[in-house]
Amino acid sequence: MTTVEKTQSPMLIYLLRRLLYVVPVAIGVSIICFLLVHIAPGDPLTSIMAVDATQEEQAAMRAAYGLDKPLPVQYGIWIGKAATGDLGQSIATGRPVVGEVFNAVRNSLLLAVAASLIAFPTGLFLGFVAGYFRDTVVDKAITAVAITGVSLPNYWLGIVLVIVFSVTLGWLPAMGAGPGSSGGSADWAWNWAHIRHLVLPAVTLSVVPIGIVARTVRALVGDIFSMDFVQALYAKGLNHGAVLRHVVRNAAPTAMSVMGIQLGYLLGGSILIETVFNWPGSGFLLSNAIFQRDLPLLQGTILVLALFFIFANLVVDVAQAAIDPRIKRN
Amino acid sequence: MSKTDALSHEADRGGPRQPLILARNLKKHFPVRSGLFNRQTATVHAVDDLSFEVRKGETLGIVGESGCGKSTTARLLIGLMELDDGSIIFDGDILGSDISLKDMRRSVQMVFQDSYASLNPRLTISDTIAFGPKVQGLSDPKDRARHLMARVGLDPNRFAHRYPHELSGGQRQRVNIARALAMSPRLVILDEAVSALDKSVEAQVLNLLTDLRVEFGLTYIFISHDLNVVRYISDRVLVMYLGEVVEIGPVDAIYAKQAHPYTASLFAAMPSMDPDNRTQEPPLAGDPPNPIDPPPGCRFHTRCRFAEHVCRDKRPALAAFGDDPDHLAACHLRDPSSGHSLAGKEIAA
Amino acid sequence: MASAISPLAASSPSGTTVTAPKTRSYWSNVLRRFLKDRIAVACAVILLLLILAAIFAPWLDLADPYRGSMIKRLRPIGTEGLPLGSDEQGRDMLARLIYGGRLTLLIGLLPVVFAFFIATVLGVAAGYAGGWVNTVIMRTVDVFFAFPSVLLAIAISGALGAGIVNSLVSLTIVFIPPITRVAESVTSSVRSLDYIDAARASGGNALTIVRVHVLGNVLGPIFVYATSLTSVCMILAAGLSFLGIGVKPPEPEWGLMLNTLRTAIYVNPIVAALPGVMIFITSLCLNLLSDGLRSAMNVKD
Repeated sequence: MTTVEKTQSPMLIYLLRRLLYVVPVAIGVSIICFLLVHIAPGDPLTSIMAVDATQEEQAAMRAAYGLDKPLPVQYGIWIGKAATGDLGQSIATGRPVVGEVFNAVRNSLLLAVAASLIAFPTGLFLGFVAGYFRDTVVDKAITAVAITGVSLPNYWLGIVLVIVFSVTLGWLPAMGAGPGSSGGSADWAWNWAHIRHLVLPAVTLSVVPIGIVARTVRALVGDIFSMDFVQALYAKGLNHGAVLRHVVRNAAPTAMSVMGIQLGYLLGGSILIETVFNWPGSGFLLSNAIFQRDLPLLQGTILVLALFFIFANLVVDVAQAAIDPRIKRN
Repeated sequence: MSKTDALSHEADRGGPRQPLILARNLKKHFPVRSGLFNRQTATVHAVDDLSFEVRKGETLGIVGESGCGKSTTARLLIGLMELDDGSIIFDGDILGSDISLKDMRRSVQMVFQDSYASLNPRLTISDTIAFGPKVQGLSDPKDRARHLMARVGLDPNRFAHRYPHELSGGQRQRVNIARALAMSPRLVILDEAVSALDKSVEAQVLNLLTDLRVEFGLTYIFISHDLNVVRYISDRVLVMYLGEVVEIGPVDAIYAKQAHPYTASLFAAMPSMDPDNRTQEPPLAGDPPNPIDPPPGCRFHTRCRFAEHVCRDKRPALAAFGDDPDHLAACHLRDPSSGHSLAGKEIAA
Repeated sequence: MASAISPLAASSPSGTTVTAPKTRSYWSNVLRRFLKDRIAVACAVILLLLILAAIFAPWLDLADPYRGSMIKRLRPIGTEGLPLGSDEQGRDMLARLIYGGRLTLLIGLLPVVFAFFIATVLGVAAGYAGGWVNTVIMRTVDVFFAFPSVLLAIAISGALGAGIVNSLVSLTIVFIPPITRVAESVTSSVRSLDYIDAARASGGNALTIVRVHVLGNVLGPIFVYATSLTSVCMILAAGLSFLGIGVKPPEPEWGLMLNTLRTAIYVNPIVAALPGVMIFITSLCLNLLSDGLRSAMNVKD
């Protein structure tokens, strides 16, 4: 309509705008991560300070960690360092936080991707079948499965699976990520010795997204089938397969966006599952950080995970815009 | 601000010759934002330099295609939108200095097109009607509501405690009328108020409106795209095009002879009951009006078959047409000094 | 005009007899539809029983949920005097599961209630006022939205430390952003309807219009959305305790019980899984109840 739309691609504008939007959100996220340490009760140095430290020693330590400066200055220093990849040292191990976090995130990502490889095809299939056979027995059965999936406390499901497959049947290991895995690092390899450790946590983690994806796709497909244009396609003489393709194409953008968000949630939400299975991922790191009151590690892990989540959402939005013509019009 | 206009009517402030509404150079533009930083890249000229008056006790019809600024004008007059420029003088009082918006609101009410969206689905009919009187602190809002329901043809005993979804479109529009009347207004703006109704219901509601105008001494602004209905109910008609007045005058004069080519084509597009009088040619050529960055000069020149250079360059002013000093049009054809080759000639626009 | 308002004029114009037909209000319709939904009603009953049992636990003639016995540890279900067995410290599982409902339900439900009130205020204000109020509120919400809910809950709870109040605070913070988003979007769509314009033209001030015309139309959808979060909140609340950053021992709480019984899965797996069954049943009922409410209230996603 206007000249602007002719000269600049709306898709490009959308992309750039979406990228720009990430900046304030990322800054906000970093502020929250920074403040986490300061809402923590007590002195952040209590855990490493000698019990009998004198006033002077305490003050010296405070100055060494920059804790004597006003909050905004402390934030400035922290974010400045973080931007160059320096998230400080773990109080417990003394190692750089960045290295620990990236090792752990890599393991979490492995688990999240494995879980999505189980969850997304299953969820899509169940949702599509339920939407296609809406209000039949099949639909009711799948809906029941889906609602069970979203209602399951997955950390409990993990325990139950361990009881069944490890304790009772002895088929799969209950703990860890395979040979060489200990603490925060793992020597992952694509062999059965390692993959068998991945099965139970990945299945456990996939149950909630199966339910969510199935429910979303069922509603989407059901709605699309009840729309006038599907009748028009049949009336036009299109065969069943061709109509299904239209339905899939119409459902794809929303389904994709739901799956993308779920992938992000899997990464951030695997904490409980990692604890159940002693999986050396970010959740494991996080719970260690919490119990050792290792605040720099806590702060750094959460920052990296949240930034990862923002990035995942960004990728999802851009991918969705690429396949959904409606977004380009805005 | 047109201080002088207000002053010139000072002597008759509140009297019968003082127009109820004097709208002076009303302007409302909406920014169109796009691009990376949401910069303003274009402007919708919804209402541009719009001046007119509404006389006491009359019904002023406003017609024009959708997007011409009819509804924006209504919302400006009732204070639901802020003016970018210009002034509204209500019975001699300048809005904002002599009279506050809050005070004027009691006197100006509106009936909306969508009878469903204009009623709160969670309130009973009587609560909806009584809301205005209640917030204005008028006495006995409930009694007032019941009385007005009866007056617009809804038995209060049957309808007072019903909800909008239990009513028909015509009944809901009666509720909307009652709600407007509950504020004891002097001016009621009817924005496409009967457009969504069935023809038979529309006639009933129009008759009701005519009766109410006499009974309550009301003044109406009647916005519609239906020229037949406008002719039936209006005393004078204002024709809008892209946010401007192109023609205004007594209903009989305009319906007998249109001064502006745009008015003429609007009327040519009107469906006629007379089979011998069917439209012969497509009346309006070209794209529908787009109020984003409208053309310079006369805004109609892009679609006008009489358009010449002068129409592109110079914006025509409203001037009297024919013998009737009340009948004004903004067209170079009607101004002998405009430089238009056909100016002043007797042609049927 | 004033003279025209008289009681006499209020007589019916059509002359019909004075009968006041029963017109159903929105809420009585909702109740009628809800009661027809057998699954939702069953879930409501189960939840009610769980809540009542938790509240009246001291009068139910149960064993002391805190007193253990070293010789009666990890007894199986059906043991004499221990209908659901005993836990790793020999405490009566039945008593602990029923008492456990107290804290679990409290921490599982209250945050959504708190968040519902806070987020409704924020979202309605943002949606009705628009402009910079909207920008400030909604951009702040966006920042919290950038965290996966599990991560945010664990981050705040982890920083604040274990404890009931800290769990309530962190879960409330987690659920404010999503409800605010829904409240804002519902409110701004209602805001654009003509009846709000009509109310503004009547001279009502913003607070009056929000109270009379906006709230009645937005509370339903916001409420339904909030109820759909209770199941997640429940699972998360128990999850925090399971991680050891929620309720502190020796309080009976389902998530915490699941955690302390983890070592018992080799000895008595069924008893060890029981607290999870309670969490599952509750969260399933909450989900089904919310679905039932949604369709009874005719709210679209």
